[in-house]
Amino acid sequence: MNATEDAIAVEGLQKSYGSVRALCGVDFTAQAGTVLGLLGPNGAGKTTAVRILTTLLKPDGGRARVAGLDVTKDAAALRARIGLAGQYAAVDENLTGFANLEMVGRLYHMGRADARARATELLERFELTDAAKRPAKTYSGGMRRRLDLAAALIFRPPVLFLDEPTTGLDPRSRLSMWEMIEARTAAGTTVLLTTQYLDEADRLADRIVVIDHGNVIAEGTSDELKDRVGGERLEVELEDGGDAERAIAALAGMAAERPALEDGAVRAPVNQRSGAIAEAVRRLDAADVGIEDIRLQRPTLDDVFVALTGHGAEVDPDGDAALDEAVA
Amino acid sequence: MSSLALTISDTLVLARRNLARIPNQPDLLIAYTVQPVMFVLLFVYVFGGAIRTPGFDYVDFLMPGIIVQSIAFGGFVTALGLSEDVQKGLIDRFRSLPMSRAAVLTGRTFSDVLLNCLSLAVLLGVGFIAGFNFIDASAGEIVLGIVLLLLLGYAFSWIFALVGLFSSSPETANAIGFTLIFPLTFASSVFVPVGSMPDGLRQFAQVNPFTTVSDAMRSLWLGTPAHTDVWMSFVWCAILIAVFAPLAVARYRTVAAR
Ligand SMILES: Nc1ncnc2c1ncn2[C@@H]1O[C@H](COP(=O)(O)OP(=O)(O)OP(=O)(O)O)[C@@H](O)[C@H]1O
Ligand SMILES: [Mg+2]
Repeated sequence: MNATEDAIAVEGLQKSYGSVRALCGVDFTAQAGTVLGLLGPNGAGKTTAVRILTTLLKPDGGRARVAGLDVTKDAAALRARIGLAGQYAAVDENLTGFANLEMVGRLYHMGRADARARATELLERFELTDAAKRPAKTYSGGMRRRLDLAAALIFRPPVLFLDEPTTGLDPRSRLSMWEMIEARTAAGTTVLLTTQYLDEADRLADRIVVIDHGNVIAEGTSDELKDRVGGERLEVELEDGGDAERAIAALAGMAAERPALEDGAVRAPVNQRSGAIAEAVRRLDAADVGIEDIRLQRPTLDDVFVALTGHGAEVDPDGDAALDEAVA
Repeated sequence: MSSLALTISDTLVLARRNLARIPNQPDLLIAYTVQPVMFVLLFVYVFGGAIRTPGFDYVDFLMPGIIVQSIAFGGFVTALGLSEDVQKGLIDRFRSLPMSRAAVLTGRTFSDVLLNCLSLAVLLGVGFIAGFNFIDASAGEIVLGIVLLLLLGYAFSWIFALVGLFSSSPETANAIGFTLIFPLTFASSVFVPVGSMPDGLRQFAQVNPFTTVSDAMRSLWLGTPAHTDVWMSFVWCAILIAVFAPLAVARYRTVAAR
């Protein structure tokens, strides 16, 4: 793979399951050594894309190259260059944690001593050393998830696919997973990550692609996406809710759009960050409005998600709670 | 490494995996040891008195047949194991690795051979205790019988591999195995001479490969006339492997978890 080529390049990718169109011509790319975040509501097609890129599914149309190799024509060679942690942990429950990792390492054709040393190292990194000699069926859900992630990392493949890697992990394990991903990308690994946790995408992803109903509906860096939704926003909590109308009138002159009362706070989009708070305080003071709290807020990825997918993350036709938790 | 060397290495890694799980699953070990013993005891002592096998003690007649049945079903763990691998998503993990496409299946069928050696030893042991003897059998014939049994077990492992890959759960695999294949062993000379069967069933039993193999085992171990049974048995095994191994590998290539 030459340096200028993208580590992941997807063009017009299509896939249907019977009459369900899971991907309707998706394009995206990821530069080598970066993290690409794939976001979207339940059923958007994220897992389908991951399964095609890891050679588990054949696309109906379009092309995809990973590490310079075509996912259908060069599937066999490609498998030696990727690591996968699927949406559901795939571990052998009857083997110990250590034996699981050793087996995967050996199937990547690592030498036995190498596979064992790396297994021991990863068990330690994922805090599974104490459970290393127990069959995986005795593991908790989060422990299985960690073991599965360790399996994806054992060979240090140049491209990693992680489908909701931190779903079900406790905050501490999430953090160590994030550090692990950052360490891998610093070493040149390319990562495609799907997630329902927008703070995770915000922290890890160099670029984000948002898909919905099998189409890319937005892409860019986290900052670019936030700018699309709007710039800075001034939020003022009032001492007396009855002052709202006067506060809105007072701030209207400095706001990019008409300020509005939402959730008990007056919100006003502003064009310029510097001096905005001082200006607002002067205006509100002049209007004799008491201020409880005042702050400048950038839109979060949650705001982006709601704005882009229209229905917002809390609307969930499948009744799956994951997204609700993500935005809560 | 060449691709053949890689396939062998992957096969051994996975065969080892299949065997490594046994200490964590004592029920599997029971299936391979206690169950065949129960069958031998039931047939010898419960049915034995009622079944007429001219020229032989029933235990002598029974042992070759019951060993054929047990060994053929030894591959059943392959069906259970593979359907479990599909259900638990492990097949997805394997299919994303740079390993040989056939190794998941060859690893299974190879570990079955080792397990079948174990159950063969247990069965012969309990047979001898119940009074079984080789009659008129040279060392070569005894060994050829063992080779035939292991080959038969290997052939059936591929059938069960296909069953496992088509089953959505281990329970389904269980149902397919015991409603479709198990009865075949009874409509044969495994437990009783086919001459005692009614018309229709008898003709079916005569062409049933289980009859061919059981009769071949009796000719090797009891000195009954061989006719064409011995070489026909080897042909049957070859046909089963030639048909079911490619079918199972093709199915493996396309099967997706969940
Ligand atoms: N094996 C399948 N058979 C039929 N339809 C499927 C299958 N797998 C996925 N789909 C459908 O394809 C669409 C995309 O599914 P996919 O699993 O890619 O979504 P996702 O973005 O990963 O969702 P989630 O966030 O819930 O994991 C959905 O409408 C889903 O119902
Ligand atoms: Mg998914």
